Order: sequence, then C-alpha cells, then structure tokens
Amino acid sequence: MILPLLIYRSLRQHALSTAVTAASLALASGLLMTVWVVKTQAQRAFTETSTAFDAVLGARGSKLQLVLNAIFHLEASPGNLAWADYEQIKHHPAVKTAIPIAAGDNFYGWRIVGTLPELFTSVEYAPGKHYTLSAGQLFQGEAKEAVVGSFVAEKLGWKVGAEFKPYHGLAFNPANQHDERYTVAGILAPTNTPADRVIWIPLHGVQTMAGHDPRTATDVSAVLIQLRAATAGMMLDQMYNRQGNRLTFAYPASAIITDLFAKIGWFDRILGLVAYLVALVAAGSILASIYASMNARRRDIAILRALGAHRRLVFGSVVAEAATIGAVGSLLGFAVYFILIAVVAKLIRVQTGVVLSLRSWHEVLWMCPLGMIALSALGGVVPAMKAYRIPVAETLVPIS
Amino acid sequence: MLAIRALCKSYPNPGGGVSKIVNIAEFSLGAGDQVALRGESGSGKTTFLHLIAGILAPDTGSIAIDGVDMASLPEAGRDRLRAAKLGYIFQTFNLLQGFTVLENVVLGMAFGPGIDRAHAKATLERVGLGQRLRHYPRQLSTGQQQRVAVARALAHRPKLVLADEPTGNLDRRNSTEALNLIRETCREHGASLLLVSHDEAVLSAFSNVRAFSEINQVPQPK
Repeated sequence: MILPLLIYRSLRQHALSTAVTAASLALASGLLMTVWVVKTQAQRAFTETSTAFDAVLGARGSKLQLVLNAIFHLEASPGNLAWADYEQIKHHPAVKTAIPIAAGDNFYGWRIVGTLPELFTSVEYAPGKHYTLSAGQLFQGEAKEAVVGSFVAEKLGWKVGAEFKPYHGLAFNPANQHDERYTVAGILAPTNTPADRVIWIPLHGVQTMAGHDPRTATDVSAVLIQLRAATAGMMLDQMYNRQGNRLTFAYPASAIITDLFAKIGWFDRILGLVAYLVALVAAGSILASIYASMNARRRDIAILRALGAHRRLVFGSVVAEAATIGAVGSLLGFAVYFILIAVVAKLIRVQTGVVLSLRSWHEVLWMCPLGMIALSALGGVVPAMKAYRIPVAETLVPIS
Repeated sequence: MLAIRALCKSYPNPGGGVSKIVNIAEFSLGAGDQVALRGESGSGKTTFLHLIAGILAPDTGSIAIDGVDMASLPEAGRDRLRAAKLGYIFQTFNLLQGFTVLENVVLGMAFGPGIDRAHAKATLERVGLGQRLRHYPRQLSTGQQQRVAVARALAHRPKLVLADEPTGNLDRRNSTEALNLIRETCREHGASLLLVSHDEAVLSAFSNVRAFSEINQVPQPK
C-alpha cells in the first residue's frame, strides 16, 4: 500500500498550494451546502409557521404584506379594520376561531402587539402544540400587563415583574415614548415561531394608548382566522376579495408564503450559481497547481518508474492526490458550513423569529462532498496524463 | 544470470537517419559474478544498462535475466521484472528528496517482492545509516546519499545489481568506501554485479574487467 505514502509526501512537498486549493474548495463546498440547506429549511419553517392560521383578514391591500405583518410581525399593516368587521367574521359559521391583533408600538424595536388571551389558550401554533408559559401568568382583562416572547425576554433580560413604557410606532424613536407603564406578567415558553419576538399586551391597551387616534380606539390591524373547513376559505375569498372592495382576505396563508419563495427563487439560483462557479474555479486551481508541479516532479516520477512503478500507478497516484485535496477541502467545507449556517440562522431568528434547525439532515450534505471529490479527481486527470507520458530514460540521464 | 543475444538499439538523428547506439552480439554474466565494463562517456553504456533494466525496449535481441527474456515483455512486464530481480545504482544517486532515508529504501522494494520494513532497516544498518532513518537526503553527505542508493538497490534481494558510474560524484576516499560497500553487499546477498565506469581507480578493484567497446560493435564517437 505505497499509494498513501506517495500521496502524503507529494501533498506535503507542495503544502502551500495544497492548503490554498483546499481552502477554496472548502469555501465552495460550505457555500453550496449552506445555500441549499437554508433555502430548503427557511421555506419549510416559514410555511409551517403560517399554518397555525388558515387566513388573515385585514384592510385592503397586498395579501403578502398582510400575512407578513399579521403572522410574522414584519412590514407595516396595510391599514385598520373596524371592530364590526372583526365581529362579523368571528360569528361567520365557516369560522372556527378569529383572533384580533393590533400593532403600532414597540420597545426598542421589539414589536408590541395587542391581542386577546384566547390566542394563547385556544390556538395550536403548530400541530399538537399549544402556547405555554415558562414563568408567570397571562395578562388579565384590560390590566397594563404583558406576556413576553421568550426571545425578547432573553435579549432584554426581562423577568416577571419587569416594567417598561412602550414607544409609539414600529421603529424605535426615543422621542415617542408613551406614558403608560406596563408590567411583565408572564414569559412564553419558546415556540420557535415569530411569537417569540413579540411583546403581547391586551388588545384594549394598544387601542386606547395615549397618543393614538381616539377615533380608531376600537379598530384592529388584522384578524387571524382558523376555518372549520378548507372549502370555506374559497367562499370567504369570493366574499371579501372579489365581491367586496374594503377588506382583503389572505387565503390560504401558507400558499402566500410559498408564492413568496417562488418569486425570490431567482436569488437562490444566483447564490447557487456563484457557489458552483467557486467550485469550478477551485477544481481548476487543482488542475493548474498539480500540472504546474509536474515539471518539478518529472525526475521523481522517472525515479519511481525506474524502481518498477507502473505507468498506471503513477497516473492513479496523481488523480488520487487531486481527489485527496478535494476530500480535505470537503471536510473543511463542513466547518465553513456550520459557521455560515449558524450566522444565517441567528440573523433569520432575530429578524423573523423563525428558527432553522441546525442539526437536520439534507441530502446535499453528502452529495456536495462527493461531488467536490469527483470534481477534484477530474481536475487531476490532465496532470496525471502528463505524468503517465514522462519518458524514464531521457528524464533520468542524458543518452550516452 | 544474465544472457544477452544480438542486442540492438538505435536512435533517430535530428537531421534524419538513425544512429546505432548498442549492437552487442553476445554478453553474459553468471550468478554471483562481479564484472566491470570500461567505457568512456558517450559510448552507450548507460543505454546498455537501461536496456538490461527494461527501462528501454531494444529494437532487436534478447536479454534473459534469471531465465526470463526482458526484451520480449511488454512495458508493464518489464517494470515487474525490474522491480523483482534488479537493483540499480545511479551515478547521481537519484534519491527522492521528499522522502526519508527509510522511505527511499522501502520504495525500492514496494513494487517488487513487497515491503519489509524490518529488512529495510537492517539493510540501512548494514550500510552504516541505522541512525539516519528519518533523515531526508538533503540532510546527508554525498557519501551517505550514495550508501542510501546502495541500500535501496539491494533491499529487495535482487539477483542482479546494475551500477552506472556509482562513484562518479564522490571524492577518492568516499569512492573507495562506496565501491567496497557495493561489492561486499552484493557478495553477501548473492547478487551479480555489473558495474560501468571510466575511472581506472574503480576498475582496478575488479578482477574481471572488459572494455565496453569490445562487446559493443558500433562506431565510437570521435
């Protein structure tokens, strides 16, 4: 088993070029794996998050904006809807649950959303999963109390009993502090949903906050809806979106999110293309560096041939050397992948509350390393052919 | 051990035509024999050794080594026979600079009968390099490098050792030591030795010396 020795010594003799090439392969491999995993997981996580509710009712406007605002607590609300509109849909026979929400305030950028306690007591935020409290209790009636999402509580260092004064608007502006003082009554257990990033207060609190327009004191930003049957959604869609012109019924909420990913699919493809190009460049650098070293290695190869090594062994050792660089790069690629995905997952969680699973399996995690090794081996073929053709006698000594 | 018949090798000339470099009607070497060939530079003696070793293929003729005709084998067969039966000591040593002393010797046996690290170490001990196993060739003196080359040529217990000007790069003292080492180790291993040189000091150590020009029937360069 002389092949491992030949490969090891060759890689060591050309340590710098080996390291640089392996590093570029690691970057390509890590990028490719990250792009694929994040794309797949983000789409699944976002879609699953939106399945807690079948639809969202809001002011006339973009369905995507409505869903992003009401479920993911991103974007601004397209407008308000009257309490009567909430009452109407709440009592519609097709509707199982209707939870109103009102947004418009923040605390140091963390959204404050007003709602009813029923959100936490009668809704499954994921199949079979109910909201629970890790500390304290739900806010009572119209008391100036808050239930805080786990991520917010962690970042602000809040415990039950902490007090705060909200700021007006969705963006933090220290000049816009309200006079009302709220007390943290409870902290939600982690749900890995956008709810973890929100400070929840009684609906009445947002509606009647000093400084808010008293004419809209009973308005809400949106209504989160669970239907008794899927077919009911089509009927309500017809009623609000096609026959009416005041409100928007965003249904089905999960499909709207899926559409969003389809629309930005081009961005994924560009990222993927960049990663593939980096991989090709890295394989090309393997070809170039080993090929360039062939002149310096002519004598060594001729000596090995003079000792009895077959041409096939020489060819195979060069290809195996290239594949080994690919293997090293792929292994290092996992380090790049774990770093990148940890950073990306943190960013996504901070911005949207959606949590990506860092330990879930994806087939790209074995396809990418194998592909890199194969590509690297391919990059070694041309220099291997040059090594194959080295004339032994001419290379060792001049003809005498 | 070695029997050569009607061996010919020519090379094309840059300006056209061919030049015959080797034309040997008959040459033989018995088991355990030690023969020196006297030949000047450019006389074709390295080509002759390369033909025996199977590094080059002859145009015509036969080269029987231990009963097997090297000349009739395909390249892969010549590689196998060379690895199994022959040891080669080069003038410029031709050690692999990126490998340790022990690895250089191990590579001498890797393509033939198989690696025997213990025997490789013992051979290096025999040539006085037992404390240099992990050294690289660049860390050795010229004389020590030649001893590694000798160990590599003999470690796999070849039947025939070919030595092409093995002392050409050594000073007088190292040359004498190297020559004695080569002859003694070949004798100990029972290997035949065919050595080519133009150095009279080297040739004088052999009882069986032949002029290469006598056995190679080609016009000598002026």
